[in-house]
Amino acid sequence: MADKELKTYTISIYSENNVGLLNRISSIFLKRHFNIESLTTSQSEIKDVFRFVIVVNIDEERVKKLIQQIEKQVDVIKAYYHTDEETIFQETALYKVKSSSLFEERHIQNIIKESHANIVTVSPEFFVIEKTGFRNETDRLHQDLAPFGLLQFVRSGRISVTKSKMEITELLSKFKKDN
Amino acid sequence: MKTRDQIALQEAESETIKITGAEAVIRCLLAEGVDLIYGYPGGAIMPVYDELYKFQDQLNHVLTRHEQGATHAAQGFARTSGKVGVAIATSGPGATNLVTGIADAQIDSTPMVCITGQVASHLLGSDAFQETDIIGLSTPVTKWNYQITKASEIPEIFAKAFYVAKSGRPGPVLIDITKDAQFNSFNFSYKKCLGVRSYKPVPELDLDAVTQAAELINNAEKPFIVWGQGVILGRAEQEFKDFVEKSGIPAAWTILGLSALATSHPQNVGMVGMHGNYGPNILTNECDLLIAIGMRFDDRVTGDLNTYAKQAKVIHFEIDPAEVDKNVKADLPVLGNCKESLKVLLPLVEKKSHPKWMQRFNDLMKIEINEVIDKDLRPRKEGLSMGEVIVSINKYTKGDAVIVTDVGQHQMVACRYAEFIRSKSNVTSGGLGTMGFALPAALGAKMGAPEREVVAVIGDGGYQMTIQELGTIFQTQAAVKIVVLNNDFLGMVRQWQQLFFDKRYASTEMVNPDFVTIAKGYFLDAKRVDKRKNLDAAVAEMIASDKPYFLEVCVEKEDNVFPMIPTGASVSDIRLK
Ligand SMILES: Cc1ncc(C[n+]2csc(CCOP(=O)(O)OP(=O)(O)O)c2C)c(N)n1
Ligand SMILES: [Mg+2]
Repeated sequence: MADKELKTYTISIYSENNVGLLNRISSIFLKRHFNIESLTTSQSEIKDVFRFVIVVNIDEERVKKLIQQIEKQVDVIKAYYHTDEETIFQETALYKVKSSSLFEERHIQNIIKESHANIVTVSPEFFVIEKTGFRNETDRLHQDLAPFGLLQFVRSGRISVTKSKMEITELLSKFKKDN
Repeated sequence: MKTRDQIALQEAESETIKITGAEAVIRCLLAEGVDLIYGYPGGAIMPVYDELYKFQDQLNHVLTRHEQGATHAAQGFARTSGKVGVAIATSGPGATNLVTGIADAQIDSTPMVCITGQVASHLLGSDAFQETDIIGLSTPVTKWNYQITKASEIPEIFAKAFYVAKSGRPGPVLIDITKDAQFNSFNFSYKKCLGVRSYKPVPELDLDAVTQAAELINNAEKPFIVWGQGVILGRAEQEFKDFVEKSGIPAAWTILGLSALATSHPQNVGMVGMHGNYGPNILTNECDLLIAIGMRFDDRVTGDLNTYAKQAKVIHFEIDPAEVDKNVKADLPVLGNCKESLKVLLPLVEKKSHPKWMQRFNDLMKIEINEVIDKDLRPRKEGLSMGEVIVSINKYTKGDAVIVTDVGQHQMVACRYAEFIRSKSNVTSGGLGTMGFALPAALGAKMGAPEREVVAVIGDGGYQMTIQELGTIFQTQAAVKIVVLNNDFLGMVRQWQQLFFDKRYASTEMVNPDFVTIAKGYFLDAKRVDKRKNLDAAVAEMIASDKPYFLEVCVEKEDNVFPMIPTGASVSDIRLK
């Protein structure tokens, strides 16, 4: 069946910024044994409205049901799901490397330049490189830097905006008008 | 003239007064029209109890004997009164004891507000005495919950709690209040909640969908209605009856839909699901149009989904968008409160009857009567059957009692055979199947509908899970009639062991106490019946009493409930034996 095909979906949730909502939302996934590939929370474009970006790898029928359960939550204003093609998305990675490598290994500077990464901090002991991009780009940089000794590596969850419009402001102003 | 509720609300809304959080809790409840709550005190909720003492002439607090009892009583109250039930408890064990009732209310869509005390806010997270994360614990089983740590939050949160609990698809809400928030003073004023911007209780009615529904209904040759509790919760009984009668379509109920349409109605063809009637289950897989109204296709209703009504088009009238396509794909969802959608639908539906199709139900009913019902209601064995006890109750209540059931064989038998002429008369734990529900729920049901006869039908197993509520019944003198159908077994489990585990009766036989003596220990009138010839007189005496009354009926130990759809089988593979 075509709709059973696993795919990466980005779920966007607009919500009230309430303590406890994260718990409520993650329990929806837990209950159904759905893995969360990544989760990011932040403020949204609207004052006092919070945004979750959750990445899952499931089939469309299931993601639809997830959205229904998420939207059912009292503090959720609206939830959407999108495919990769429908969104602009990025991840950010940080790489902490010994400073000596930067000065002793000329090659490392080329790697940084070619990958369009930024040097965030340089100190006598270590320096930190930041790279924002697609997963394969941050992965490649990880591979390239690994031989020089990575002291630390971390990658953020996906952040994403959609190509289509999100009609949250309209929704909220309609509520204001009706009440 | 204004009602007391309106005056209380107006008073509360107009003034701003400096009071403690604990007093604010009481004033919020009064403003919401609450005059009865169930609960159990303890350290972290004592400031509120102190205020309950002061307000006792306006707000009646019923002390149950266990916090679980408080939740079930609040549920029973909500189910017969249509109002929000309220339960209150202390932190820690008081709060955790609420969880079963909350989960039950969540799955059966019962409006309930639970209030728990919590350790002082500066102690949160320190593993203080009786600290428990009740917000975390109750999150998956509440419609909404919130922890109040500042007294000033109380009015707004209570207003929202009541609004959320009763609007749209109802459900339980839990409010946890730290002890300091109960002690601290603030300027109180109360405004009812009229809406929450992130929450749409009732989806907009789609007129196109209703029009399409009418077309499907008018063109169907073998249409079949299955209704659930949504009809009762939506107060749509009249609209539903009008639709059933005009369309001439046979209609069957889920266990929670029972009593929305009189059991004697000629188009009421019985119950669907695991122990439902033969006809409606078999014909689910023959109808050409399945009209689901306010029900959620629970697996106990559908059996195997892959063989459920595959030949039929499905219309789903539903208030909760998350239920659409969850288990059964709807060809046509009609979102909204069914009271509204059925009202709009009615003029579009052609007046019809389906005599041939109806005859199919009647024919299958004849088979069921021969194979099952006769044996249940007119047994030729010496021992009493559960079914004949229900028949006797029907006789003396004239089918106009609220029947509260627990969970097990007696529940299925009672729901199959009890007669109802009025809505909101069947109180049972459907979705969660919570043994121990009935006794406290019956207390609440009686308090929610004091003018009505309330008969609790309980198994000997489930009875002993909340038997301590006899104390509450004695203390309140709520005139509940308690019937224990004693088969000395966890009967429903024993039945499964007999049918599917080669009669290996692992831990299902009980050596029971003298139930009559126990009831008498609580100073209740009590009687035991074990012979057919004494049954009617005993039931008559019980119903005639205007006090709480306990009746133990010793029934056949190893009777089984049929028909039955074995787990995982198709509805049309329903067994008669
Ligand atoms: C709290 C709880 N524990 C276990 C069960 C599983 N269970 C379902 S029916 C049943 C037997 C009930 O026995 P009894 O109350 O005597 O009723 P009977 O079936 O004999 O009429 C059990 C153990 C349950 N539903 N609820
Ligand atoms: Mg039993």
